[in-house]
Parts: sequence; C-alpha cells; structure tokens
Amino acid sequence: MRTFDPRRYTGFFTITLACLFILYAPLAVVAVYSFNDSLSITRFEGVSLRWYQDVFFGLEAGKFRTAAWNSFTIAIMAATAATMIATAAAIGMVRGGNFKGKPASFALISMPIMVPEIVTAVATLIFFSAIGFSLGYVSILVAHIVFCIPFAYLPISARLQGIEATFEEAAQDLYASRWNAFRYVLAPIMAPGIMSGFLLAFIISLDDFIITNFVKGAGVETLPTAIFGAVKQGIKPDIMALSTLLLLFSILIVTLSYLIGRTGDAKNPE
Amino acid sequence: MAAVGGGRTVSSAFAPIRLWLLLPSWLTIGFFLLIPVLLMLVYSFLTKEFRGGVIWEFSLAAYDQFLFDRGLFGDDPPTIQWTYITIFARSIIQATIATIMCLLIGFPTAWYIATRPASSRAVWLFLVTVPYWVNLLIRTVSMKFLIRENGPMNEALLGTGILDAPLQLINTDFAVQLGLFYSYLPFMVLPIYAAVERYNFALSEAAADLYASHWTIMRSIVLPVVKPGIIAGCILVFVPSLGAFLAPDLLGGAKNFMIGSLIEEQFKGQAGNWPFGAAASMILLSMVLVVLFFYARSQAREQV
Repeated sequence: MRTFDPRRYTGFFTITLACLFILYAPLAVVAVYSFNDSLSITRFEGVSLRWYQDVFFGLEAGKFRTAAWNSFTIAIMAATAATMIATAAAIGMVRGGNFKGKPASFALISMPIMVPEIVTAVATLIFFSAIGFSLGYVSILVAHIVFCIPFAYLPISARLQGIEATFEEAAQDLYASRWNAFRYVLAPIMAPGIMSGFLLAFIISLDDFIITNFVKGAGVETLPTAIFGAVKQGIKPDIMALSTLLLLFSILIVTLSYLIGRTGDAKNPE
Repeated sequence: MAAVGGGRTVSSAFAPIRLWLLLPSWLTIGFFLLIPVLLMLVYSFLTKEFRGGVIWEFSLAAYDQFLFDRGLFGDDPPTIQWTYITIFARSIIQATIATIMCLLIGFPTAWYIATRPASSRAVWLFLVTVPYWVNLLIRTVSMKFLIRENGPMNEALLGTGILDAPLQLINTDFAVQLGLFYSYLPFMVLPIYAAVERYNFALSEAAADLYASHWTIMRSIVLPVVKPGIIAGCILVFVPSLGAFLAPDLLGGAKNFMIGSLIEEQFKGQAGNWPFGAAASMILLSMVLVVLFFYARSQAREQV
C-alpha cells in the first residue's frame, strides 16, 4: 500500500511562495516608496503623491513626456507591422504545405530570438552606419519591427496549429476566394492568437533597452533609455513614481492578454 | 481533399501563395538582421578608426588584442592577455550560477503549479508570468533599490535586529547572479511546467506501489521524463544571461564586468573600438550557437 502521494514533495509549496516573494518584493517596495513624502529615498515619511505630480509637471516632465510619446508610438507601429508580417508568415508556414526550405525559413523567422540582444544591437548599428542610415526615431522603429516579428509569430502560429484546416477548406469548397476564406473564416478564429501576438510584440518593444540604446543616435530617447540615463545619477523618487506607472501599465496589458487568451479558448470550435 | 485531424496533417490550403506570405518576414529579417550579422563578421576583421568606425583594411588586430598583449606600441613580444579571457570566463560562471539558482527555485515552483487542480493552474502561471511582462530595466532598478546598502532590505534586517551591520550586496558577484536570476526566472518555470503537466503520474504511482521511495521516484522516473523541459529552461536562462547588460551594469559595478558591458563600451563608451566590439560579439554569438547546436542535436536524438 502506498504511504505517500507521489505528486507531493515536502517543501515545494514553501519554495513556490518564496519564488513569488522574490519576484514581487522588489516591485512592491518601489511602488510603496514612490508614495513616500520625503526627498530621502531611505526613510518612509508619510504618504503623498508629490512624485507623481513631479513626473507630469516637474522639471523633467517634458523630457519624460517626449520619451513616453516616442516609446508608445514606436511600440504601436512596430507591433502592428510585426503582427502583420508574422500573421502572413504563420499562414505560409502552417498552411503552406511541406516545402524544402521550411526549417531554414523557421530558423530565419526565429533568428531575432536566438541571437543575443547585444549582438543584434551591434550588428544593427554597424549596418545602419555602413549604409549611411541616420540614427534616430526611424532607425529605432525599424530595429523594433525586426525583433518583434518572432514574438508575434509564436502565439499566432501556435493558435493556427490548433485550428483544423477543414474550416477554410470548407469555405473554399463553397467557392470562397482564398482571401475571403481568410477574411471571414480563418481570421476570426485566429483573432485571439493575433491579439496575443500583438500585445506580446507591443510589450517587447516597450521593454527594449539595449538595441534602442545602440541605434537611437543622439537626442532621441525612449522611456527605458531616459530612465537608464536618470538612474545613472542615482535612483530618485520621481523615477520610482514613473516606474510604478509603467509597472501598472504592464500589469494592465498582461491581464488583458490573459483574458483574451481565455475567451479565445472558450470559443475554440474544437 | 480536406485534411483530417487538423494540425496533425500538413495543410496546404495556402500553398500556392506561400512565397508571398513568407517573403515579407524573410526580407525584413534577412535585410535588417542576417546581412547586418554577416557585416559584423566582416567588421571584426577590419582596422579600427579612432573615435569609432572602421578603416576598410584587413586586420586580425581585434582577435589578436583579445588574446595577446603586445605592449603599448604593439612591438613587445606577445604575452597572453588575461583581461578579456577573464571577462568571458566570468560571464560563463555568472550565467551558470544564475541558471542553477533558477533551476533550484524554478523546478519546485513549476512542479507545484503543475500538480494543482486544472482550474487554479492558470492563476498560478499568471502570477509567475506577470513579472516577465514588466520592463526589465525597471525590475533591475527595483532590485538595486531593494538590496543597496541603505535600502529597505537592510533597514528591515537591521530594524528587526537580525543583523548588526548592513549586508554589502550591491556591486558584488552575488548581486549580479541575483539580478540575472530575477530577470530570467520565468523562463525556467514555463518549459518545466509544460513538461511536468504532460507527465503521466501513473508512472510515479506504479513505482510507489512497488515500494520506491519518494526521492527515488523523482530521480529515476520523473527526472528522465521531464528532462527536455529542464534543458529547455536552462538554455532559455543561460543564453540571455551570458550576454546580459543591465544586471551586471546596474548591480555589479565596474569590478564585475561581463561580456555585455565589454561590447557596449566599444560602441557607446570610452573604448570606441568597433572591430574589437564586433569580434567580441562574434565570439559571444559563436558560444550561443554552440549551445543551441548541442541542444538541437540532443532534441533530434530524443525523437529517434
């Protein structure tokens, strides 16, 4: 007779709690200290919103606003472009039959994930300087589109692999054109995957520091490069307030993505 | 004819326009990443221009500088240059320790989540993945804020009387390992979770019925089955840790230089030696490719 449950191991629950504690403690501490009513970042002296006011209206507010604008516009455009490219690629790979260059094609599409970020940054900088492409907003955007493609591709192709081909084949048997079979049959079923791909690409673009730092040139900043520059002079309370705002924004996006993924599963026709 | 069984058979409804569907991704990545990486290889064999950039003249100086010290004017007899070898060795050691830390915490966590009832698994997974979506820079800065000398952690430890003197964590090797561990922990949990979730617990139960002990079951039955997930997790943590820039830069200080900082300095910092930066990047890329190659080979062998 068995005397124990082979699924249970003593201590694993404690380690899981420790894992979550480690993951959240630094973020929670910064969020708490961003409400600190004191110039000192060491002592906590009462709750206030003064650092949030500082982020929006303080001395450096203009710099942060421009950086935030750059970050968000680049992230939206890069994620949109990457999602369109990745959706087409996913259909070509998953629904394009077997072809000779398939492994090579997959390797090329996942190349931005395989190559270390710093190497991508160096290669892109060298390339832009060699072809005389001036560094700035556009060079950041181009670099972001490239590394966002595999992040959009993975959830989209995963979703597409779970959809039976009978749907678009039935549509085509009923004389729908290939485009209409995609537009009215395949795209609605793929939508949750496309949306997750877009959100992942959006977050990855917003998150990027290293590649942006290399290809941004002088004068153009995104939020991560602006924060990095500020942190080099020490962690000030307004940076903590700004970080907390970005933190909340990320949590909002991931919650959205989680909910979309769940409704997607519920509607899955399988 | 319609393919039966959905994703399992290769569908070819879009095969006639396959080329047009794949071309945008091939062109974008080929032009803006594959060609740049090849160009970087070329640059690593060129002569450096002071204040950044290159002169188009073949030279092995970048790789030579990596290995040998030839004195200030370059005409002394060459001696082995340990500076850069040390930086690479340190990066490998730091990334390895971070990977082991992630495995020690990540495996039990993934196991615990995968053995929850199906309804609560999603919530646990969600909790583990949220930090991954938070900006890496912000996470690293938060870690720096927490563990610095006058930071909240030391305040708490001193305040409760656990410690008499503040812990000197910041600018140590351990701070960098902690930062890397913190950056990439979710990458370890997710693949192991996926492997454990597929694991057939009837195997464990059968072993338990035959009087195998708890840890014998783990060692001889579970681990061999979920090994691919563990290896995938280790690679997903090790590879980005090796070339990491933020954690060593913000938490490690100047004494704990890693490959990422060395490369950055050649392009953004004082050093301004593009061919050397390109050569260091090529060496890093080769190391990653070797790791990925062995991984792909072990995967191929598993499937046979």
